[in-house]
Amino acid sequence: MLFDKLLSSELANMGKYLGQAARMMVGLPDYATYVRHRQLVHSELPLMTEVEFIRNRQEARYGSGRSGGCC
Amino acid sequence: MNFISKHAMYWLLTVIGAFSLATVALSRGETINALWILTAAVSIYLVAYRYYSLYIADKVMQLDPTRATPAVRHNDGLDFVPTNKYILFGHHFAAIAGAGPLVGPVLAAQMGYLPGTLWIIVGVVLAGAVQDFMVLFVSTRRDGRSLGELVKEELGLVPGIIALVGTFVIMVIILAVLALIVVKALAGSPWGTFTVAATIAIALFMGVYNRYLRPGQVGEVSVLGLVLLIGAIVLGGQVAASPDWAPLFTFNAKQLTWLLIGYGFVASVLPVWLLLAPRDYLSTFLKIGTIVGLALAMVFVAPNLRMPAFTQFVDGTGPAWSGSLFPFIFITIACGAVSGFHALISSGTTPKLLDNEGNARMIGYGAMLMESFVAIMAIVTASVIDPGVFFAMNSPAAIIGTTVEGAAQIISGWGFVITPDVLLQTAKDVGETTILSRAGGAPTLAVGMAQIFSQVVGGQAMMAFWYHFAILFEALFILTACDAGTRAGRFMLQDLLGAFVPSMKRTDSWVASLTATALCVAAWGYILYQGVVDPLGGINSLWPLFGISNQMLAGVALMLCTVVLFKMKRQRYAWVTILPTVWLLICTLAAGYEKVFDANPKIGFLALAHKFQAAIDAGTVLAPAKSMDQMKQIVFNNQLDAALAVFFIFVVVAMLYYTVIACFKALREDKITSRETPYQAVPATVARAA
Repeated sequence: MLFDKLLSSELANMGKYLGQAARMMVGLPDYATYVRHRQLVHSELPLMTEVEFIRNRQEARYGSGRSGGCC
Repeated sequence: MNFISKHAMYWLLTVIGAFSLATVALSRGETINALWILTAAVSIYLVAYRYYSLYIADKVMQLDPTRATPAVRHNDGLDFVPTNKYILFGHHFAAIAGAGPLVGPVLAAQMGYLPGTLWIIVGVVLAGAVQDFMVLFVSTRRDGRSLGELVKEELGLVPGIIALVGTFVIMVIILAVLALIVVKALAGSPWGTFTVAATIAIALFMGVYNRYLRPGQVGEVSVLGLVLLIGAIVLGGQVAASPDWAPLFTFNAKQLTWLLIGYGFVASVLPVWLLLAPRDYLSTFLKIGTIVGLALAMVFVAPNLRMPAFTQFVDGTGPAWSGSLFPFIFITIACGAVSGFHALISSGTTPKLLDNEGNARMIGYGAMLMESFVAIMAIVTASVIDPGVFFAMNSPAAIIGTTVEGAAQIISGWGFVITPDVLLQTAKDVGETTILSRAGGAPTLAVGMAQIFSQVVGGQAMMAFWYHFAILFEALFILTACDAGTRAGRFMLQDLLGAFVPSMKRTDSWVASLTATALCVAAWGYILYQGVVDPLGGINSLWPLFGISNQMLAGVALMLCTVVLFKMKRQRYAWVTILPTVWLLICTLAAGYEKVFDANPKIGFLALAHKFQAAIDAGTVLAPAKSMDQMKQIVFNNQLDAALAVFFIFVVVAMLYYTVIACFKALREDKITSRETPYQAVPATVARAA
């Protein structure tokens, strides 16, 4: 019983982790981390919604002079 | 006891690595299993990582885990985010791995599998991984600044501008040569052309879906896209088989060139969410998935290498590209052994995401070892196919003709016995009408991958599917690179031109951005076009130019790192960067000189221009030109290529001059003169959380 619970929370953790890794491969940082950081340090500043956040990151990744991946 | 247990595993690995390498290197005549090469490579990587990269981290860089990284100091949750080291490893690897490590080793296989394999392994340990790691370190200590800024800061304004202009020209050549690979793979292939065209439609659909229907669902839309992609490959087979549809997707090389140039322009001015971002998702996940799949399949299938260890073409008379083993193998394989382009990534997003200096070793050195492993898989894949098929695919029509009978006869004459039937059957197996003269690496790799994958899933019947899957996998991320590279080139150009015409600097101005985009596309489009009409097939002229420029950039990056070590008063460790720098300078200068001045028209650009000029003077037309205008064009193109090679030589020599001056100046100083951002300790809250 306890083992099952441990296993399912481990699996959930792993899924979250892999999801973050996959998103980071295409240059999308973790939204929850952004929210936590903003609330902790800049709670006075407006917070982007998740969709705004993704658009902002897409623009930053491709819309500037970033080199286009490797040869 | 402790000492022994700590090192025993690595002693064992050293023995295994040495034994495997000896088996690979010393066997003559008998066939070698691919696993020997993979084992040798992995053992050497592990030992090098454990000892050499640790030496660099502890002694040369003296990495300090208590020192706050830019991600910690400037944490904004957006650009600067302290990121888990495994997640950052994935990000960094996805950014550095592209077509380079797949194509170069395939082309190098014409000299046999051994020279390329040895250079990939030795090169990455002593040069490539050192460069990536050092640049990451230098940039991390300087707020994550880019290579251009770092050169400007540590070496001065003039070398900074030279490096910037050099980077732009390299970018143009890379885009042209990548596009040429796509052209070579898709010419006369309705199946391939249909699937690649379908990816544009799929990406547009994904873009709209992700923007309006289900905003933010990146994972969901990527899975959807991948399913559609597989559907497109299957449908492509039907299209190619249909007499009504196939002609609509059958183009020759020149038509494809114009299509790609038009596509490059349109794609790089569209909003990023519509085409570029979703296709980047597709290509990244497909790339990582295929690399993992290929590694697993290779272990499972354990194929034998059919290419000999050395071929007679080490003397420089090879059909795919001309030039002797030294220096040309060292520039033909750039990515996988050492790639200057990585210096741009290691000084790009990665240093802004590094959570702790101590992790720079795993990310900088480790990710490059992984890329090197991809290059090893590529050379193995090219070596498991029949050498006769390999040379039929990689020799230009000028050498082997356009019929299977003629090609089989000529290639058999080289000692690689092949029958016309085998060439026909191979083309039929992969669902194409012909496999002759498909240089450029991608199609060869695709045939090899199809042979390996089909032994795991599907057998003979699935060969055509796997072939087009492999072509799609490469074309997809090459197109992504074309589009992202054109954007990046446009910003570089706006920056450069802005120095003379201030209004060009405005990135929000449509006139300025359209002008810069058009100039950028015209630049790589022109070089691509001349590659397509090149009498020796294009790869022969463009790939060495790419290799020289990429290795030259690596030389520039390593020279920067050398200067930084001297300025830090750590010159006694500077051999770590000087050693690869010297080797790269020798190779690029020798190759550059030969490409310009060699008397053999197959190698020297000027000699080829001269040969065509002499024919013009005599009033004769040489193939593949069909008119005097085309003859003049070929003369001009080769003079242009020569000028580019001279330009690269100039950049290297100029940078060397400034490097030597900066090093001597640093030696005379009695204090540290490097411009690191001052030490700041990791805040207690972060240290606890970690």
